[in-house]
Amino acid sequence: MTNLFEDNLNSYEIIWKIPSHGKTLVNQQDNQIFKLSKNKENVLKIGIKDLAKYPFLTEAGEYLANTGLSLEQLSHPDWKPIVEKAYGRIVVASSGQIYGSDLESLDNDSELLSFIVAIILLKSAGIATLIRRFSLAEARRSERFLQQDLWVSRDKKNLELPLKIIQDLFAVKVSIDNDEFVIKVPDYLQRAVHFHEKEWKLVNRRVTNGFVYLSAHETVRLIRAELGEYINGKIQSVNIQSIPQGFKQRVEDLVILAKKFSDTTFVSSEYPPCVKHGIEVLEKGENLPHSGRFLLATYLLSKGQTVDQIAPLFKNAPDYNERTTKYQLEHISGSSGSGTKYQCPSCEKLRSESLCFATSDCDGIINPIQFGKKRKNK
Amino acid sequence: MNEKNISLIESAFKEYYFNRFDLIHVPKRATEREFGYQKFNSGMIRHLAIKNDKELHLLLMKEIPSDVYCSNAYYTFPNLPMSEKDWKGADLIFDIDAKDLALPCRKDHTIFKCSSCNSSVIEFQSQCPKCGSTKFETASVMCKNCISESKKEVTKLVDILTSDFDIKKEEIEVYFSGNEGFHIRVTNSDYEPLGSQERADLVDYIMFNGAIPESFGMKRQNNSKSSLPTLEEKGWRGRIAHRLFTSKSKTPKITKEIISSGYTAFQVQLEEIKKTMGVRVDPKVTMDIHRIFRLEGSINSKSGLSKIQCDNLDSFDPFLEACLLGDDNVQILADCPLQIKLKNKKFGPYKNELVSLPKYAAVYMLCKGLGNAI
Repeated sequence: MTNLFEDNLNSYEIIWKIPSHGKTLVNQQDNQIFKLSKNKENVLKIGIKDLAKYPFLTEAGEYLANTGLSLEQLSHPDWKPIVEKAYGRIVVASSGQIYGSDLESLDNDSELLSFIVAIILLKSAGIATLIRRFSLAEARRSERFLQQDLWVSRDKKNLELPLKIIQDLFAVKVSIDNDEFVIKVPDYLQRAVHFHEKEWKLVNRRVTNGFVYLSAHETVRLIRAELGEYINGKIQSVNIQSIPQGFKQRVEDLVILAKKFSDTTFVSSEYPPCVKHGIEVLEKGENLPHSGRFLLATYLLSKGQTVDQIAPLFKNAPDYNERTTKYQLEHISGSSGSGTKYQCPSCEKLRSESLCFATSDCDGIINPIQFGKKRKNK
Repeated sequence: MNEKNISLIESAFKEYYFNRFDLIHVPKRATEREFGYQKFNSGMIRHLAIKNDKELHLLLMKEIPSDVYCSNAYYTFPNLPMSEKDWKGADLIFDIDAKDLALPCRKDHTIFKCSSCNSSVIEFQSQCPKCGSTKFETASVMCKNCISESKKEVTKLVDILTSDFDIKKEEIEVYFSGNEGFHIRVTNSDYEPLGSQERADLVDYIMFNGAIPESFGMKRQNNSKSSLPTLEEKGWRGRIAHRLFTSKSKTPKITKEIISSGYTAFQVQLEEIKKTMGVRVDPKVTMDIHRIFRLEGSINSKSGLSKIQCDNLDSFDPFLEACLLGDDNVQILADCPLQIKLKNKKFGPYKNELVSLPKYAAVYMLCKGLGNAI
């Protein structure tokens, strides 16, 4: 038996319709793609339209299990349109676009099936970059629906599904106050600190009685990254034992596609002026302030250098101590201490610390690690 | 610090640690916390596990530390090295220090002590009037104004914590720090898991750092369409409305004025508001999720006063309630150009003179560097 999603956590009744493309789906218990979940409590009704919007939900697995559809059947030429749709979905995602679903077709299961087939194709090709891009694009696609569902149903008291998705998947409880969405301050902080725009700072939000007020758009924006990670995690957990014959060509195409993406950026080996300045100061044996050393460490770590490679750079510093240097570098790299990997400070931060020595080559970047990275087609 | 001073101070501390078990307790969830202590003229000893009051009392009597600390963080293994402790969460802590409030009274009670000849002066001078040296150490004592201004900051903080963050009064503990300020500890499980970055944003909220005019309804372009907050609102928007409009009847007129003055003027106004309405806490303390923080009930070696909980902040007098050392007389050579008041008694000023003082006052001067044991 080939099980795609193994979790049996879901507890909802599935309403499923006869698929509109007229195929008869024979229930073959011994060759299912999805395992049927056991603990059902009739709490929330999720229709095929919802699954088309949110195909990563556990209920999607149940739906397919009920159809009894097998991998082998999917590779039959009759299902070719689904495979092509799936391939298209990946191509769109890999180019950084969001796959636009035909709203008309949300009522049949080709949306859901193409998502599942896309996962099978991606897993078979086994290219992490493609999976990441796909996860993010799918997260953004679902984000649109989530926002729409929140907004449209906010006064109809019909918010169960979107709110439940947010609560079940990300443990964030969203409530409604008049026309607005509210979440607890700590839940907000844990997510908003990853955004750098000033309007996301807590001081710039409306805060009352332990809650932060948000629009539908902001609520959904807040969980985008987690949604992407959730989808990525789901894909990672899928286990494909063999690739059906009918998928092989598209899997090969994906491998070729990935190659094209891996060399679209040209990375200059030259250091940005702020990093060059730091290295020069150290080479002269002069004192570089802590913030300057932090810049060097985070920058070089982000470029793939190891702690052992970076440590000798600080040898000339007037207060050099081999043990301390190593300890600090390991801490910054996340291999010791809290495990947090520190990121290279932004250009804005460096400017305020008088560590920025921008040249015209720095135009258009907001962080030193972007220096010298240019798209080929520009 | 010289040996004679240490032995006088240690004997006073020892007496306190022997006699006042009633005041010194481990905090809640002690087994999950890291403890640490320092002795005079020596480094910090940390990563200790102390399970209960009995173990704590034993350590205090055995080591007579100058300062004792305990983590705000909870760990699975508090006594292992930092990377192996397994951080589980931390209380929210705040430090309000009179030294950080830029109070005008500070210059009247900050003492400059010449590093080479040891003579003390109150006013800042670039050269020592006695020996001409340019190196000084400073010592400061807290005045009534410092206390009341620090208390105002505590009150502002507690107001934001309770009304904006829905933290219950029972979850907030206010302590006199033992020197020149207050420590506030919040135990609320919702806030416990927050990391350093999240706490940094929280502290910016409390300090009113980084507020932009747009958040208060002021538009950069087309600002005639701006809609400022109303008096009924809560959080910072409500606070700002109260500051700007003072009353409902004045609102339309003042709104017009603000909008016609424009975006940049409003931005400047917000900066001004930050200085008076933002709570002046030390952001580094709140952001630090691995800090060991002074233990309540222990003595602060910068003053000889104890860190104790303030049950009634308004009436709290640190020089009376936190001054808990013995009162038998000892002789010291005092060089204190200011008069100080402890336990309702006045001492000094002394100009390098041999005086007999109650132990608590003698230790206070020694800790502040304003006297020497003989």
